[in-house]
Amino acid sequence: MHQTGDKLIKWLLMALAFTALTSLLLIAIFIFKEGVPFIARVGFKDFLLSSDWQPQAGHFGIYPMIVASLLVTLGAMLVGAPLGIACAVFLNEFVPKHVTRIIKPTIELLAGIPSVVYGFIGVVVVAPLIRSQFGGPGLSMLCASLILGVMVLPTIISISTDVLASVPNAFREGALALGATRWQSVHMVILKAGRSGIVAAVILGMGRAIGETMAVIMVAGNTPQIPHSVLDSVCTLTAKIAIEMGSATGAHRQALFAIGVVLFIMIMMFNSIAMMAIKKRFAGK
Amino acid sequence: MTDAVKIANRNFSVFYGATQALRGITLDVPAHRILGIIGPAGSGKTALLRAMNRLNDLNPDCRVEGQILLDGVDIYQPDFDAVRLRKRVGMVFALPVPLPLSLFDNIAYGLRLSGIRARSRLNALVERGLQAAFLWDEVKDRLHTSAMRLSGGQQQRLCLARVLAMEPEVILLDEPCSGLDPISTARIEEALIALKSKYTIVLVTNNTKQAARVADTTAFLLQGDLVEVGPTSLIFTAPKDQKTNDYVSGRFG
Repeated sequence: MHQTGDKLIKWLLMALAFTALTSLLLIAIFIFKEGVPFIARVGFKDFLLSSDWQPQAGHFGIYPMIVASLLVTLGAMLVGAPLGIACAVFLNEFVPKHVTRIIKPTIELLAGIPSVVYGFIGVVVVAPLIRSQFGGPGLSMLCASLILGVMVLPTIISISTDVLASVPNAFREGALALGATRWQSVHMVILKAGRSGIVAAVILGMGRAIGETMAVIMVAGNTPQIPHSVLDSVCTLTAKIAIEMGSATGAHRQALFAIGVVLFIMIMMFNSIAMMAIKKRFAGK
Repeated sequence: MTDAVKIANRNFSVFYGATQALRGITLDVPAHRILGIIGPAGSGKTALLRAMNRLNDLNPDCRVEGQILLDGVDIYQPDFDAVRLRKRVGMVFALPVPLPLSLFDNIAYGLRLSGIRARSRLNALVERGLQAAFLWDEVKDRLHTSAMRLSGGQQQRLCLARVLAMEPEVILLDEPCSGLDPISTARIEEALIALKSKYTIVLVTNNTKQAARVADTTAFLLQGDLVEVGPTSLIFTAPKDQKTNDYVSGRFG
């Protein structure tokens, strides 16, 4: 009797686990089925490397959006990575354990704030500040990078602290015993962990940044152009899909799916690089 | 010089939180000798060793009482610089912990920390450290490969070399051979005996035979108390205390 019960639960759990896997697979298949033939028809070059996006006239160049997504992500990393890593080092090396136990969950709560709220803060606080201080429209690449930079903090901090905590104390003591100061020994620990673990944390943060949509639509300005300065308004890949999906039909709609394919591949690439970095870390022991 | 005291523990106690790891230890470490510290697990050997270069500072639960005098100066007085202390009193750990750098940089790391930058000087000191740890001949052709690729015994001699390159006055070793095979162990012991003319050495070991082989003086700790200390030959043949006798003859521990 017990055995049948056990088996039943095992099958049930397996079915549930496969549901998640299957939906991922179905989504991937669906996007690729809609998008890939379209890219083939328009031509790889005309789709990825042309700046001409006029769906009504049959022009589907997404180059400015790719550039915008990459630049905004890069900007977010310039803001988020140093802050996140510094915060992780501080939490792990300089703060008593019981304080960390309070602060770390609080930081992870940041991940629970809806992205529309980040966008709202961007529109109401950050964009006007940029406009008055530096000029330009305010809603800009800079604004998007700043907001995204804060949004990726939980990812980067959380993974980095785990990585730093897993570095054996022996490395700290080894450095100290050679006459390193507290800070110099921390540098050694970061070096040990950072070669792969912290790199992985930053790359996962990048995946998060490039996929973010709502906050970016609200603060980036959404002008499809190749930016000439950080104060220019830009339109990312995600923003393009979200803004136009409601009204798009036919080839236009397929084009948006094709953008989805490009995003999908970019994020997969980021995640695979992060996975490899993490794996290397464990193999390296 | 022969009978000079390098480090003097004076009624020294260590507490970790509420538990007392060492009870009022008074123990002299003679200069240019090897002092062996033996005792079963939990006897406070490591606590005593780590107290002598203040590595316990890292542990916020650790508290000490009493004095440890290095050349007559209390290393626990508030304005004593722990970083400089650790340059004078080097330490080799139970598990070899090469830093994630090349062989060369592992040894140069401490040297650079103490301000030595000139390449030629670094080269010379790195070679001298490796020579003194009897490792030079095995690795001289691959100084710039990762230290993680060495065997366990080689890693431990690298850790010894890295301490030696700093030219400390005292070398503390915490069960340096616990993870090593007999041949690697023999090489380390050989190195230690060769080194004692220049350095003062404190060797904590779980292996009583190792103390018998290399130590000039041996101290026996049991549950935080110093039971007995004396010339190694006497400790192993005619100990004054029954507990010492039981331990060195293998009746417990």
